[in-house]
Amino acid sequence: MNTKKEIEMPEALTLLELPQTLTGEERSLISISKLNLFYDQVQALHNVNMEIYPRRITALIGPSGCGKSTLIKSINRMNDLVADCRIQGSILLDGEDIYARGMDVNLLRKRVGMVFQKPNPFPMSVYDNIAFGPRTHGVKKKAELDALVERALYDAALLDELKDGLRRSALALSGGQQQRLCIARALAVEPEVLLMDEPTSALDPISTARIEELALALKERYTIVIVTHNMQQALRISDQTAFFLLGELVEYNHTLQIFSEPEDPRTDDYVKGRFG
Amino acid sequence: MLKQVISRTVLQEKVAQAVFIVAACCCILSVALICFFLLMGGIPGLAEIGVGEFLFGTAWQPSRGEYGIAYMVLGSLYVTAGALIIGVPLGLFCALYLSRFATARLGRFLQRGVELLAGIPSVVFGFFGLVVIVPFIRSSLGGTGFSVLAASLILGIMILPTIITVSRTALDSVPQQYYEGALALGARHERCVFRVLLPAAASGITAAVILGFGRAIGETMAVVMIVGNQVHLPASLVDGVRTLTGNIVLEMGYATDLHREALIATALVLFVFILLVNLLFNLMKRRAGI
Repeated sequence: MNTKKEIEMPEALTLLELPQTLTGEERSLISISKLNLFYDQVQALHNVNMEIYPRRITALIGPSGCGKSTLIKSINRMNDLVADCRIQGSILLDGEDIYARGMDVNLLRKRVGMVFQKPNPFPMSVYDNIAFGPRTHGVKKKAELDALVERALYDAALLDELKDGLRRSALALSGGQQQRLCIARALAVEPEVLLMDEPTSALDPISTARIEELALALKERYTIVIVTHNMQQALRISDQTAFFLLGELVEYNHTLQIFSEPEDPRTDDYVKGRFG
Repeated sequence: MLKQVISRTVLQEKVAQAVFIVAACCCILSVALICFFLLMGGIPGLAEIGVGEFLFGTAWQPSRGEYGIAYMVLGSLYVTAGALIIGVPLGLFCALYLSRFATARLGRFLQRGVELLAGIPSVVFGFFGLVVIVPFIRSSLGGTGFSVLAASLILGIMILPTIITVSRTALDSVPQQYYEGALALGARHERCVFRVLLPAAASGITAAVILGFGRAIGETMAVVMIVGNQVHLPASLVDGVRTLTGNIVLEMGYATDLHREALIATALVLFVFILLVNLLFNLMKRRAGI
């Protein structure tokens, strides 16, 4: 929504205070290499190579249809749902090829949680929403479930608002609460990675701010990959930013670098709001 | 010139509108007339017999002036309950399969089958029951074969298209995001379907059951042919009963005076049942949002 405005750099931050280098000693958690993805005859991703580092927020930006959502859905194999979707190349999660034969997709999705663009709580109680994941993965004892639900609510900054309303229908919550409930639901299965596909695009500014705060708090323990249309959001919360255009990864660097001194002129044009 | 054209289109619109209103009124009028006929024909009889005696009386002997339909109400409910016990699980699983498991091609093929089933006249169902089900029950379970069980089986099959179509619509209209949300948590396809989609479609499926109930309790021809039609309390599933619908069709041909009025009153009771069912159905439909 603010894409047409010039983005002001926060003054306090200088390039000297950048986080560790992208390609330094640190070991990446997700390693995407030579990824080509086709929907039937149409190629949606072209030779994407990208390392995603643990306990950071990595933002994927770019105009609609640039492939950023497609990429994020490849990381938990939600693209499997799309008929005629073909993938070449590899995505390694902690060294393990997630597209390898014999990969347990359900286990993968437990390790890589996802929050969708539109809040999608199940039409059941708040408690049952959060308990769905743990129950799926075999937690049966009530005390254990209660503890997991409470922790997930606490982690998603919902506990104070909802602790007396666990039996309420999730559909009665506000949009922002629903989205945080979806985050809580994803956290309840104790994932390693949290994928967020434009999680605030359907929310008002206040709810958006709360989700952003939450993301910043969660990166202490989780690796977050967020797709966003809102460049200021990427600037506010992400450590790394990847800019996509027409299915190609144009530039991937520290967020401040991308927004202040991008190397590619196309990135420059986009972050300055000249197109998109 | 222009004015003429305008007045002509206005006239056309008015005529078209009038045609639609007449058509709509005819539909409403027929319902109103049936309602009126049932009330006018049934109430005098009801008044003479007494509502309590009529509804709760167990003896139906028109020649002796005894008009109690309690056993027939029970008979109708037994047969309908049997039909639901057989038809609901079968139809629901079929709907689940069509909606979430079958491949597109197989799904289309099966859907045709379901539509065909819906098109079979009830007398054919009755005939099938008469020549296949009744002898089978007679030889395997004893009795005459004309029984609650035979009628339940046939009715269970007859309500399948209703149950399948309505619950499938309910299942299909559950938003895809629910499915994706469950899948993204690492749930298997079956778990997503049974634990998320099925509960989400619950009120639509209840509507399907209610509609199936209405269809089963109102069915006449197929039931009369295989249910035995004795006015008594059945001793077992292989015993016969008489239903409300059967009572009307069996005796209407020769009934006169009070007997005739009692039969119309029987129809009135059936009508009230169906009315309640429809009311419930609409309530559930509104809740399901389909």
